[in-house]
Amino acid sequence: MISIQGKGVSTGVAMGPLYYYQRAKSTIRRYEVADAEAEWNRFKAAQAKAIEQLGALADKAREEAGDDAAMLFETHQMMAEDMDYEEAIEGLIKESLLNAEAAVTDTAAQFADMFAQMDDSYMQARAADVKDVSGRIIGILTGVVQGGIDSPVPVILAADDLAPSETVQLDKSKILGFVTEGGSGSSHTAILARTMGIPAIIGVGDQLKPEYEGREVIVDGSTGAVIVDADESTRSLLMAKREEQLKRQKLLEELKGKENITRDGQKIKVFCNIGNPEDVPVVLSNDGGGIGLFRSEFLYLNCSDYPTEDYQFEAYKKVLSDMGDKEVVIRTLDIGADKQIDYFELPKEENPAMGNRALRICLNRPEIFKTQLRALYRASAYGHLGIMFPMVTSVWEVKEARKMCELVKKELTQEGKPFADDVQIGIMIETPAAAVMSDRLAKLVDFFSCGTNDLTQYTLACDRQNNDLGRFFNPHHPAVLRLLKMVCDNAHKNGVWVGICGELGADLDLTETFLSIGIDELSVSPRAVLPLRQKIREVTVSEVKEKVLGDLFSDENTI
Amino acid sequence: MKSFEYVITDPVGIHARPAGILVKEIKKYASTVTVAKGEKSVNALKLMALMGMGIKQGDTVKVTVDGADEDTAFAAIQDFFKNNF
Repeated sequence: MISIQGKGVSTGVAMGPLYYYQRAKSTIRRYEVADAEAEWNRFKAAQAKAIEQLGALADKAREEAGDDAAMLFETHQMMAEDMDYEEAIEGLIKESLLNAEAAVTDTAAQFADMFAQMDDSYMQARAADVKDVSGRIIGILTGVVQGGIDSPVPVILAADDLAPSETVQLDKSKILGFVTEGGSGSSHTAILARTMGIPAIIGVGDQLKPEYEGREVIVDGSTGAVIVDADESTRSLLMAKREEQLKRQKLLEELKGKENITRDGQKIKVFCNIGNPEDVPVVLSNDGGGIGLFRSEFLYLNCSDYPTEDYQFEAYKKVLSDMGDKEVVIRTLDIGADKQIDYFELPKEENPAMGNRALRICLNRPEIFKTQLRALYRASAYGHLGIMFPMVTSVWEVKEARKMCELVKKELTQEGKPFADDVQIGIMIETPAAAVMSDRLAKLVDFFSCGTNDLTQYTLACDRQNNDLGRFFNPHHPAVLRLLKMVCDNAHKNGVWVGICGELGADLDLTETFLSIGIDELSVSPRAVLPLRQKIREVTVSEVKEKVLGDLFSDENTI
Repeated sequence: MKSFEYVITDPVGIHARPAGILVKEIKKYASTVTVAKGEKSVNALKLMALMGMGIKQGDTVKVTVDGADEDTAFAAIQDFFKNNF
C-alpha cells in the first residue's frame, strides 16, 4: 500500500484504476511567412473556430453545471478576441512575418507572464486560461485533435494539471476522480470538479509516479489522501465512507428543488437551525427553505465584552443578505443555565435551568436587550427577518419585549436609519406555561416556535443533561405532544404560524404527528433537511391523521 | 464625458468572470468606458488589460464613460460596478 498526501479540493471518495491523461503534444514550428495577409487570415479563421468551439463548450457546461461554469468559457471567448491579444498577434504576423502558430505561442507566453507575475494567487491562476485559449487556437492551426481518455472502464484520472477545456471535454462517464501534480484550489480543475461532484486532489507533486498507471487507487477528496493498492482494512473503511456519500448525493439530487409536500398535498416548511453566519452555505447547499432558528449566542460567546451594536448588525446583515429573500428567524440572547458567559457576571445559581436566563436577563437588563434589538432592526432592511424571544412564560413579558421593539423602531426612525416594516415577532414555546397560555400569547405575536428540548425537560420535570434520567426524559411523551397540539390549535385560531426548532423536528418517527397536528414549519440541522423532505413526501396525512391524533389521547398509549 | 469613483468591495477585486460580464455590458452601448487606477488607465473592453491592472478590494478606481449615449450608459455601468465589484 502506498499513501500519497495531496490537497483535497473537491470532496468524495472514489476507487478505480489510475490513468494518465493523454495529451496530444505538438511541437510548434516557427518560420517566416511570405504572405503576411494570408497568414493573418489563417489566424482569424482559427480564432473564429476557437470562439465557436468555446461557445459549444459554454452550452455544454451550462447544461451540466449551470451558468457559472458556462461563464468560464464565455470569458475564454472574450480572451480569444481580446483587442490587445489580437493586436500583439497581428504585429508578430504582419511586422515580424512570423507564422500564426508561433505568433500565438509568443503572445500567449507574454500574457501568461503578465498574470503569473501579479502578486495575487487568483490572477496567477489565470495564466492557465490564456495558455488554454491559445492552445486551442494553435491546435486548430496545426490540426491536432484534443486528447482524452481511451479506457474501457472508468478511471481515476491523473495529470500534471488540466486546462478547463480539457476538463469539460472529458467523457465524464469515464472519470471517477482527479489527481493532479500541480494546480491550486482556485484552478479550473478544482472548480469544475466541485461543481460536478467529482473528488479531486491536487498538488501531489512527484509522489504520484507514472509506473502506478493501471493500479488500483482510492482517492478521498475530504482528506486529500491518494492510496495506491490499499490494504483490506483501509479499503473497507474508505468504501463505507463512499457508500454514505453516494447515498447522500443521490438523495440530494433527487430531492433538491422539490417541495416539502405530502402525497395528499399538505405543505410544510423545512428550515434550518444555525449558530453562526458561516453556516449559511451549508443551509443553501442542503436546500433549506430558510432559517428557523439562528442562535445569536455565538456573538456573545466570541467576545470578551458585550458585543457592540455595529458588530452585531454586521453579523445579522450578512446572514440576511446571504439568505436573499428567504426567511430568517433570529433568536435574541439565550444565555444562562447551560450557556454561561463571564462578562455577564451572573451569580451562580442552584438551579440555572429555572433561573435568570434568556428573555429574563434581557428584561432585567434592558440596555443589553436594546443594543441587540437595534442591531436586528437595522439588519432587517437587508432581508426577511423574524425576531424570536426565548423562555417566555407570561403575557406581560411579551408585552414588555414588544414595547422595547417599538422604542427601538422609534429611535431608528428619528435617526433616519432604515429598517423593514414587515419584521415578524415570535416567541419560543418551551415552557408548559407558554403552551397553556398560547391562546392569549397568540394575540401578541406573528409566530410560535416550539423548543422541544426545553419543553420536554420542563413538562416532565426531568433534567435533560442528567444521563441517569434517560428513560424518564422522553420527548415522545403524550404530555409533550398534547401540548404541541394545543399550541397549534390556539395559534391557528389566531392566524399565527407554528414551527418546531428543537431536535424533535428532525425525528422522522414524529413527522406524521407534526403533519397531523398542523405544524407549519420544522427547523432542523442543515443535513437533516433532505431526509426529512423524503419522509414528508411519503406521508398521506388523511390516512394517518385520525390514528395519530387518537394515539395522543388513547388508553392504549402506555408511555 | 461623465465619470464616477468607486471603491472595490469584492474580496477578489476585478476578476475574470465579472470583468467578462462587464465587457458584455459595455458592448450594449456606443460609449467608450475607461477604468483608471492611479496613473494607469485602460479601455474596459480590453478584458486582459483590465484584469492585468490587478485591481483589488479597497482600491479606488475612476470610471469614465464617454460617447453619444453616455447618460444611459453611465447609469448602467455605475449600477454594474455596485452589483459586481
